[in-house]
Amino acid sequence: MSGTRPQNSDAPPVVAMHGVRKTFNPGLPTEAEVLHGIDLVVQRGEFASLIGPSGSGKSTLLNLIGLLDWPSGGDYLLNGVPIGAANDDTRTRARLDTLGFVFQFHHLLPAFSALENVMLPGLMREGRFTEAGRANARALLTAVGLANAADKRPAELSGGMQQRVAIARSLALAPDLVLADEPTGNLDTQSADDAFALLRRFNQERGCAFLIVTHDPRLAARCDRVIELRDGIVEHDRKVLAPAQSGV
Amino acid sequence: MRFEWTVAWRFLREGGAQTVLIIVGATLGIAFIVFITGFLGELQRDIVQRTLGVQPHITVKPVEEVARALRGGIAEPGAAAQGTAAGQVLADIQPRGQRLRSIDQWQSMVVRLRENPDVVAISPLVSGPGLVTRGDSNKSLAIVGIVPEAYAQVTRLDKKLIAGILRVDPGDVLLGRDLADDLGVEVGDPVRLSTPNSTGDTYRVRGIFDLGAKNLNQLYAFVGLATAQALHALPGGVTSIDVTVTDLWDAQRVAADLGRSIPHLVESWITVNKQLMVALSNQTLMTRMIRVTFGMVVAIGVASVLMVAVVQKTREIGILRAMGATRSRVLRVFLLQGALIGLIGAVLGCAAGYALGRLMSGLLRSADGTQLFIARLDFPLYAYTLLGAIMLGVLAAALPARRAARLDPAEAIRM
Repeated sequence: MSGTRPQNSDAPPVVAMHGVRKTFNPGLPTEAEVLHGIDLVVQRGEFASLIGPSGSGKSTLLNLIGLLDWPSGGDYLLNGVPIGAANDDTRTRARLDTLGFVFQFHHLLPAFSALENVMLPGLMREGRFTEAGRANARALLTAVGLANAADKRPAELSGGMQQRVAIARSLALAPDLVLADEPTGNLDTQSADDAFALLRRFNQERGCAFLIVTHDPRLAARCDRVIELRDGIVEHDRKVLAPAQSGV
Repeated sequence: MRFEWTVAWRFLREGGAQTVLIIVGATLGIAFIVFITGFLGELQRDIVQRTLGVQPHITVKPVEEVARALRGGIAEPGAAAQGTAAGQVLADIQPRGQRLRSIDQWQSMVVRLRENPDVVAISPLVSGPGLVTRGDSNKSLAIVGIVPEAYAQVTRLDKKLIAGILRVDPGDVLLGRDLADDLGVEVGDPVRLSTPNSTGDTYRVRGIFDLGAKNLNQLYAFVGLATAQALHALPGGVTSIDVTVTDLWDAQRVAADLGRSIPHLVESWITVNKQLMVALSNQTLMTRMIRVTFGMVVAIGVASVLMVAVVQKTREIGILRAMGATRSRVLRVFLLQGALIGLIGAVLGCAAGYALGRLMSGLLRSADGTQLFIARLDFPLYAYTLLGAIMLGVLAAALPARRAARLDPAEAIRM
């Protein structure tokens, strides 16, 4: 399903959340509701940023969208399929088939080369390293400008290079949505700009939706849509007016 | 499973010194288990063979004669002693002495014994008390009539001869080394053999044997079967049939099998030598405890190393889970690491255990200077070790693997 990306308007949105709440430590004295009813729709091919001050619930929301955590209430439809209360194996399978992740601290597997790291999702899905998977991974590494670093271990790469490998890996199985948690938070300005430009390019070339959590208002302003979270609710949700290259 | 194999193998390789150390530990433990198992098996076989001397694995003898009261119903000792019931006759039943008797139909018994697949060799013999005389010295002993070829198969008597040859023609006798010393005879010298049933005759010493124990060397004189039948007044009969089975330790079961199909008393060496067997069983129990302890130490080592690895790889496990690895896959990745450590440890351990056996068999000598045991390649033992080590590795990995599988990916990544 992830191979062919329907562009028609009938296709359900990638993410559709209605009244999603999240309570930590329910029933305990430390009980705390972090999200108080989130309504959020992410369409196919969108390029959106999620901003907000610390403690506003950004990471919690990202974990819920990324199926890494269970909502305490409300509905969550991923590609039109209710998934909020699904069991762990179903959610894990959905992560593999539908979602890609880019984290602040790269999180490459140090025991595998850059190329193998990009091939890991394919290995997970196919059960073995395939030639098609290898070609796909090489193409992705070339696209992020690391064709020559394919056989290097993560420890031999700079932070910016590692993050570019992580971006390539998140796209290995052509996901519908890539969730990026502060993808540039740990990089110098030049590397951050490069990484961000890559995300933008993949969005336009592959039609894959991106949801980028960031502290950086400069980066947020370069997205098509800015979702602002405050105290567990969506405070602002606005389209950014026509960036020059917006042709989706 | 390819994903699990690939990741498990890479994780182990990435472990570096940690992996090398635990594999060395597993190797040492398994090597010792392999060595002590092989060593004990060989040593016990050796002890049994030395102690038994010419005792066979299984002996077939006539059933002991039991005195029975003539009237039915009063043979029960309790009833007889109390004599309370009306009309009972008091009876005093004395056990009767056992005379020397032949096994009824022994020829057909031999045929029946041969049909059992566990039976390797059969030797009929006639054994009874007698006296050996030379000049003024008399020694009492057991005069045993044998068929030399059959008897050699059962007791390896041919290997125990230290002088002369294993031949018992009419007029020949084989004596033990210490008895020959006591009598002052050598091969070719005459001695006189007599029994309660026969005034005896003169025999020529044809060979001298050494069974490895002084009392055994003084106990037996071997003559031909027909000669012994004449001396013990049992023409055509035999007093027992010696049987060798394929596995020394299996003798008890085979004896029970044979006992069901033969109307005679069938006893294994284990029944006859209860004390020896108890000692051997205790030895086996002690070694088993040592082996189990070593196995547990290895398992705990594997478990603790993997436990540390799970903590070290928390983020990596988190990212694998986020990318789409199910809990069961993460579980298998760590179980496989346990299995791999067990497998590698077992292969190296079997080789090292054999090498240790070779080394020790060269160093350890018994009293007569021969090797105490011989190290041999024991492939069934290695196969069991391999299987056991893999299972032990998986078992040891169970706890760390469960822990890895239960990690909350969101939390694991944040660490």
